[in-house]
Amino acid sequence: MATAPKRKPRATKAAAAKKPAAKKKPNVSKEELLDHYREMLLIRRFEEKAGQLYGMGAIGGFCHLYIGQEAVVVGLEATAKEGDQRVTSYRDHGHMLACGMDPKGVMAELTGREGGYSRGKGGSMHMFSKEKNFYGGHGIVGAQVPIGAGLAFANWYRGNDNVSFAYYGDGSANQGQVYEAYNMASLWALPCVFVIENNQYAMGTSTKRSSVAPDLYTRGEAFGIPGEKVDGMDVLAVKAAGEKAVAHCRAGKGPYILEMKTYRYRGHSMSDPAKYRTREEVQKMREEKDPINHVRDMLIDGGHASDADLKEVDKEIKAIVNEAAKFAQESPEPAEAELWTDVYA
Amino acid sequence: MATQILMPALSPTMEEGTLAKWLVKEGDTVESGMIIAEIETDKATMEFEAVDEGVVGKILIAEGSEGVKVNEPIAVLLEEGEDASAAETTAPATTAEAPPAEPGPAATGIPALPASAASSAPDEPDLPEGTTFKTQTVREALRDGMSEEMRRDENVYLMGEEVAEYQGAYKISQGMLDEFGPKRVIDTPITEHGFTGLAVGAAFAGLRPIVEFMTFNFAMQAIDQIINSAAKTLYMSGGQMGCPIVFRGPNGAAARVGAQHSQDYAAWYAHIPGLKVVMPYSAADAKGLMKSAIRDPNPVLVLENEILYGRSFDVPDLDDHVVPIGKAKIWREGTDVTLVSFGIGMTYALEAADELAGMGISAEVIDLRSLRPIDYDTVLNSVKKTNRCVTIEEGFPVCSIGNHISATIMQQAFDYLDAPVINCAGKDVPMPYAANLEKLALVTTAEVIEAVKAVTYR
Repeated sequence: MATAPKRKPRATKAAAAKKPAAKKKPNVSKEELLDHYREMLLIRRFEEKAGQLYGMGAIGGFCHLYIGQEAVVVGLEATAKEGDQRVTSYRDHGHMLACGMDPKGVMAELTGREGGYSRGKGGSMHMFSKEKNFYGGHGIVGAQVPIGAGLAFANWYRGNDNVSFAYYGDGSANQGQVYEAYNMASLWALPCVFVIENNQYAMGTSTKRSSVAPDLYTRGEAFGIPGEKVDGMDVLAVKAAGEKAVAHCRAGKGPYILEMKTYRYRGHSMSDPAKYRTREEVQKMREEKDPINHVRDMLIDGGHASDADLKEVDKEIKAIVNEAAKFAQESPEPAEAELWTDVYA
Repeated sequence: MATQILMPALSPTMEEGTLAKWLVKEGDTVESGMIIAEIETDKATMEFEAVDEGVVGKILIAEGSEGVKVNEPIAVLLEEGEDASAAETTAPATTAEAPPAEPGPAATGIPALPASAASSAPDEPDLPEGTTFKTQTVREALRDGMSEEMRRDENVYLMGEEVAEYQGAYKISQGMLDEFGPKRVIDTPITEHGFTGLAVGAAFAGLRPIVEFMTFNFAMQAIDQIINSAAKTLYMSGGQMGCPIVFRGPNGAAARVGAQHSQDYAAWYAHIPGLKVVMPYSAADAKGLMKSAIRDPNPVLVLENEILYGRSFDVPDLDDHVVPIGKAKIWREGTDVTLVSFGIGMTYALEAADELAGMGISAEVIDLRSLRPIDYDTVLNSVKKTNRCVTIEEGFPVCSIGNHISATIMQQAFDYLDAPVINCAGKDVPMPYAANLEKLALVTTAEVIEAVKAVTYR
C-alpha cells in the first residue's frame, strides 16, 4: 500500500501554525471568566439532561451531544457581534445555547413538542432562529459549509461588515463541497470563518484512519485561505484565535480557517457505544483537558471566586436546565394540523 | 470539380443561422483551416473554417443573411485551374464542411411548430382586454423575465456557470452583465454542489438568488442541497426560515448529446414537497412563470428546454406579465379526448391535435405548465367532458408525471372514463446517440395519435 506523501514544509505564511504562546497569565477579567464558565456549564448540564431524557424515551431518534467541546462555541461566540450568522451540523445544541437561544425552546424541540423552536417538526438536528441568526442544524455531513459561505455571501452582497461562522467536524472536512466552498469564498473574499471542530472521530473513524493530511487547518492553503490550529479545550485560546479570524474577515480579507482541537466525551450519538477508543483515552481527556475545569481552576487560582461562589453558579444553571426539561415534557405535542403547515411559505 | 460549401451546424440544436460576415471574397484563394466566415448560431457567433483548399468561385449567400438553413449551399469552391463558370454548374454538395445532410440537427424527431401553437391562445382569460402581443423567442422571454425582476428587487441576483462574461452558455443571460454588473450577474466556478449550497445560504439570509444550471443534468451534483437544504428547511424550522430561490436551466433531451446530457427531471423534482416546479412551453409562459418563480417565497425549479429556446411565440406586450404557478392552460378546446402535456411535450400534443382534427377527432390540449402544484381541476374537468385522456411527456415512463395524472383521474373521475388513460413517454432506456435510435427513444407525434386512436376505439 502506498504511503502518504511526506508533506513539505509549508511555504505560505498564511497557514503558519504557531504553537500557543508560552503560558502567560491571561489578561482576563473575572466577569469574562465567569461568563465563559456559566455558558459552558449550561451546555454541559443541558446535554447531560438531554442524555437522561433520551434514556427515559422522552427524546427520540438521533441525539448528538456536545459534551467536551463547549469551549469552542463559547469562545467563538465571545467574538461575534450583532448580525453575525452561524450555521452548524447536527451536533448543534451547544451552538444554539451559546448564541442565546432559549434552553426551554431547544429542549422542547428535542422532545418533539409544540414549544420547540421548530414546533416539534425539526428535532435535535434541525433548529433555527432567525432572531439569533442561527441557520441550523443540518443533518447532511458537510452541507452546512457552502451554506455558511452563502451567509457570508449575503454580507458581501449587502456590503456590511458581518461575518458568518460555518462550523463542521473532521468528518465533514473530507467532503468535496467543503473545498468548493473554500474556492468560492476565497475567490470572492467572503467574510466566512470556517471552524473545524476536530474532535478526532468522524463517528467511529479516527482522523488517522480517514485523512492523509491530518492537519486540517492547512487545507485552505491551495485556496490561499489562512488557517490556524487552536487548542479547542481552552476557551481563552479559542477566543483569541477567533478575534484574529473575525478581524481578518471584517476587514474584507476573505475567509479564515480555524481548526479547533477538541474532544467529545460521549459517543457520536446516543446509540454509539464508542468502542473505537479506549476508556482510558476519554478519561485522560476529562482529567487533563476539560474546558470547564480549566476555567474553574483559573477562577479559583486567580482568587476570582470561591468554591461556594461556583456552587452557587452550578445551582443557577441546574435550575435553568431543570426548568427547560420540565417545560419540554409538559409542552403538548404539536396539533395534528401542524403536519400540513410550513411546507410552503 | 467545384464543390459547394454548405451552411454548417455549429450547435446541437441549430437548425438555421445568420451568415454574419464573409472574411473572403470571390476570387480569393483559401487554404484548409482558414477562417472564411462568421456565423451566428442560436448560441454564439462562431468562426467557420475552410476544410478544403481552392478558390472561392461564387458566394451564394450574402453576408448579413438571416435564417440560412443548415446544409444550404453558401458558396462554391473551385479547384485550382477551374474556371469561374464551373461555379454555375456545380454538382450537388459533397463538401465535408458541414455534417452529412440527412441526420442533421434539425432531424431530431422534434416536430416543427404546429400552426395552432404559433400564437398564444387568444382566449387567455387573465390578460387585460386589448392586450397587444409581440413576437419573442423563449430565450428572450426568459431573459426579460429575469431582468424585469432584477430591476424590481435588488435582492435578486443571477449566478451560474458562464452567465456573465460569456453571456450565458445558451445566451439566456445575454446583456445582463452589462445592465446589472458583476455583483448581480456572477460567474461561478464549475462547482454545482458548492454554488448551489452557497446560494441556498444566501437565500436563507434573505437574498433571492437565481441559480442557472448549464443543464439540469449537472444539477444532480447539487440535488442534496436542492432537496435537503432548500426544500425542507421551512418545514424543519417550523416556518421560521424559508428559501426564496430559483433553480433554472435547460432540462430534457437536446439533440444528439447522448445519455448523460439528455434527461427530463420533471418527475424527480415534482416528487418533493417544499419545491415548486414549472415547465413552460411557450415564450409567454416562460416569461410569466419566471417572474412568478422569482417572486415566490419558496424554492422554485424552472425547467426550460434547449430546443424551445429558439422558438418564437406571441408574448403579451405588458409591463408586468405574470403567470401564476399552479394553473394549467387549455391551448385548444375539444370534445373527444384530453391531451395533457407540458414543456416540449406540447409540440407533440399540438401537432397530434392538428392531425387528429383531420381525422375527425376533436382533441382538447392542456398544458400543465406547473408540475407542483398541479392544476388537477383543469384536467379533471376536461376528462369529465371528453371521457378519455392521453398524457405526453419526454421523461422516462416509470413513475412519470403521466402515471400520476392517470392515478388522479382514476381516483377522482373513474366513472367518467370510457377507456384507460394512456401515457406517452420517452422510452425506458438511457438516451442513445445515434440519430435513428434517439428518434426512437423520444416520444413521437405518431405515438400520440396511436394512443388517441386506442382510447377512442378507432
